Amino acid sequence: MATTATLHSHAPQGFIRKYIFSLDHKVIGLQYFFLALTAVWVGMFLSLLMRIHLVWPTASLPLVGEIKPEMYLSLLTMHGTIMVFFVLTTAPQGGFGNYVLPIQIGAPDMAFPVLNMLSFWTTFVGFVVILAAFFVSGGAPLHGWTGYPPLSAVQSAGPGEGLGADLWITSIAIFCAASLMGALNFITTTLDLRAKGMTLMRMPLTVWSWFITAILGLLAFGVLLSAGILLLMDRNLGTSFYVPLIVVNGQIMGHKGGSPLLWQHLFWFFGHPEVYIAILPGMGVTSQVLSTFSRKPIFGYKAMVYAMLSIGFLGFMVWGHHMFMSGMSPYSAFAFSLLTMCIGVPSAIKTFNWLGTMWKGRIRFYTPMLFAIGFVSLFVSGGLSGPFLAQPVLDIQLHDTYFVVGHFHLIMGVAAIFGIFAATYYWFPKMFGRMMNESWGKAHFWLTFIGTYAIFMPMHYLGMAGGTRRYSQYTEVAYLQRLMPIHTFMTYAAIITIASQFIFVINLFWSMFKGPKASDNPWESTTLEWTTATPPPHDNFGGRTPVVKHGPYEYGVPGAAKDFIMQTDPATTPAH
Amino acid sequence: MGFALLVIIWLITFGSAYFFIAKTWWLPVGASAAAHWIDGQFTLTYVLMGIVFFAAQLSLGYIVWKYRERPSSGPVEYSHGNTTLEVVWTILTAVLFIGLNLMGSSVWASQRFDPAQPGAVPVEVTGMQFAWYFRYPGLDGKYGATNATLMDPSAGGEAAVGLDPSDPAAKDDVVTGTMFLPVNREVDLSIRSVDVIHSFFVPSLRFKQDAVPGLNIHMHFTPNQIGDYEIACAELCGLGHYKMHGIVKVVSQEDFDRWLAAREAEKQ
Repeated sequence: MATTATLHSHAPQGFIRKYIFSLDHKVIGLQYFFLALTAVWVGMFLSLLMRIHLVWPTASLPLVGEIKPEMYLSLLTMHGTIMVFFVLTTAPQGGFGNYVLPIQIGAPDMAFPVLNMLSFWTTFVGFVVILAAFFVSGGAPLHGWTGYPPLSAVQSAGPGEGLGADLWITSIAIFCAASLMGALNFITTTLDLRAKGMTLMRMPLTVWSWFITAILGLLAFGVLLSAGILLLMDRNLGTSFYVPLIVVNGQIMGHKGGSPLLWQHLFWFFGHPEVYIAILPGMGVTSQVLSTFSRKPIFGYKAMVYAMLSIGFLGFMVWGHHMFMSGMSPYSAFAFSLLTMCIGVPSAIKTFNWLGTMWKGRIRFYTPMLFAIGFVSLFVSGGLSGPFLAQPVLDIQLHDTYFVVGHFHLIMGVAAIFGIFAATYYWFPKMFGRMMNESWGKAHFWLTFIGTYAIFMPMHYLGMAGGTRRYSQYTEVAYLQRLMPIHTFMTYAAIITIASQFIFVINLFWSMFKGPKASDNPWESTTLEWTTATPPPHDNFGGRTPVVKHGPYEYGVPGAAKDFIMQTDPATTPAH
Repeated sequence: MGFALLVIIWLITFGSAYFFIAKTWWLPVGASAAAHWIDGQFTLTYVLMGIVFFAAQLSLGYIVWKYRERPSSGPVEYSHGNTTLEVVWTILTAVLFIGLNLMGSSVWASQRFDPAQPGAVPVEVTGMQFAWYFRYPGLDGKYGATNATLMDPSAGGEAAVGLDPSDPAAKDDVVTGTMFLPVNREVDLSIRSVDVIHSFFVPSLRFKQDAVPGLNIHMHFTPNQIGDYEIACAELCGLGHYKMHGIVKVVSQEDFDRWLAAREAEKQ
């Protein structure tokens, strides 16, 4: 890669080239990280407003006043969209993947630094566009993050379905374009820029997870981009891809012959892989952290790689399980259900192997490890409601209830966020050259771990009892009124959990400037990012090119001088 | 720290499970013929997943406590895994998950693969922002024509669904806002929507089906207990989604006949 070498022979000096329009993957990684951090506070604030409205519907709140049903639905739509795209896709992949992947494979930068910068700034524009939806006339759309037409395709279907909905779709389309650029870059970098000796089967599981996530992104985001453009055309150019002849408020709309189910197929063809785009990097980080802090090699490295590959592969064949009640053929429901059950198998393998990694280890309870352990617990809890929802016959009762909300929040929401927290606490010393405060980190873990269970576990009870989702009020239907105590409990839990996130942010920024200086390898880890300076120099290895001699997780090697052998260490390891 | 983790993980496990086992909140009463089978499959899934939940969480808590680093800790077991174990648990989970799927599939097939039996009570369900209308075809057994240009939601009833009075088959069609059904008779539903997607969800009858504009979806079920059951729209349909509800009144055959006759008489 001659271009990479020339571009990076000298670090840029000016502020703008160094920190704003930087080509350095580390700076871009941090830009993604801070974008996601901003987005997660916005998304969390919206969820707080929703939780308050559900319990105290007439309360007058600062900034927003009294929340009306249509505003509740806007909050819900924007919460979901911002969290899924600008947090769960942005932080693990764009943030940590960007920062760490090139270093972990021994590369000086990503394969296409300019494309990398472009993909970040495109994402940034997407974020600005979606925020703009709050401020246009009619406000943000109310069609939910899944945006099912005709509700999302017809202006008169509700408030927010005017310009707000156009901005929403445009933002997602921009995000898709940015993610496609990023995916291409990650795949090329992983395949072409690995250091000498870094064979595929010596890559850290984090690198595998980002690599597989990038492949999923490349295949999924293109479909959503096309689907979004068709929806924009239905809305603005009079086409009828998704809208048949309909009558809204007694007015005949000008559409004819479209299929609302077409959108659902296209959306979920993206939407289901998206779940794995959010969670796979968390799986990678959890594997890395569990092995490091158990001082033991990862249990079943190859099984972990194959499990992630099969999750990625099967992830493209199960989208129909979101549509069992949609009017899709009941025969295809049968096939989608079977394939969905199959995806539980590699997920279970991963859980077994995480437990096997800790088994007979010497576990050190630093904050990253606590979040990784939390990830495993949440992954189990969120995963085991999957086999309920994968069965069409149980979806008759559970589909579109809070059971689903509890399921996906535990697994792709909170578990994925725990992966992000583990990654933050684990790589913070490398990124900023200082340590985060452990006591604050532990307090943050306990409050978040207990708090998120308290919010999301009761949702399952609510769903079993028939508690429908996306209801701004539970007052209109008698059987739903009886479920209000659960909502009240969840709202209190949410307030406490959200408040405890201040501990994290204060710790983050305080440690960035005031934390004790970090050594190059504070956790006694083995992968390449810990062989270089802290923070790493512009070209990552200060002119050296690392040569890899070992697999990524050589801990507790009998006869070795220390209890870990770094990937570049010339020492030999026993055959295994 | 290891002990604290064990305690908290175990407490969360037992605490979460308590409300499932005590059935503090549970499936509502099942008042249709399929409820027995659906609830059976639910319980089976719930017992099996419950066992896995306990096994995984309790061992997670135990392992992090047992293998915490102590001054007395010996060297770790240097192992990269165990292929036999991997194969065993892959097969076990595959059998568990796929077996569970196959066991539930016959219930699904009986619900959705075959059409309603002859003699079922035909009812058409129409969803619109934000109300449900129910149409009975009357003595001729035929639904009259509807026409989009005639739809007037503010007028309600027949006008809301756009019933075309010039069609002879429409003369005896009855349109109501509350659904009446005779007990222990199969119902042959035609589910449609005029504007956006809605979902006809009656938790106590274990019934849910999206109402999709452009489609006329045929479904069937058999209510088997007399009573009033609430309908809650289960697909986000706009700002009034939370109040798009209704009632299914399951009554005896005689009461049903009397009610239908009265409505027919009103119409003439």
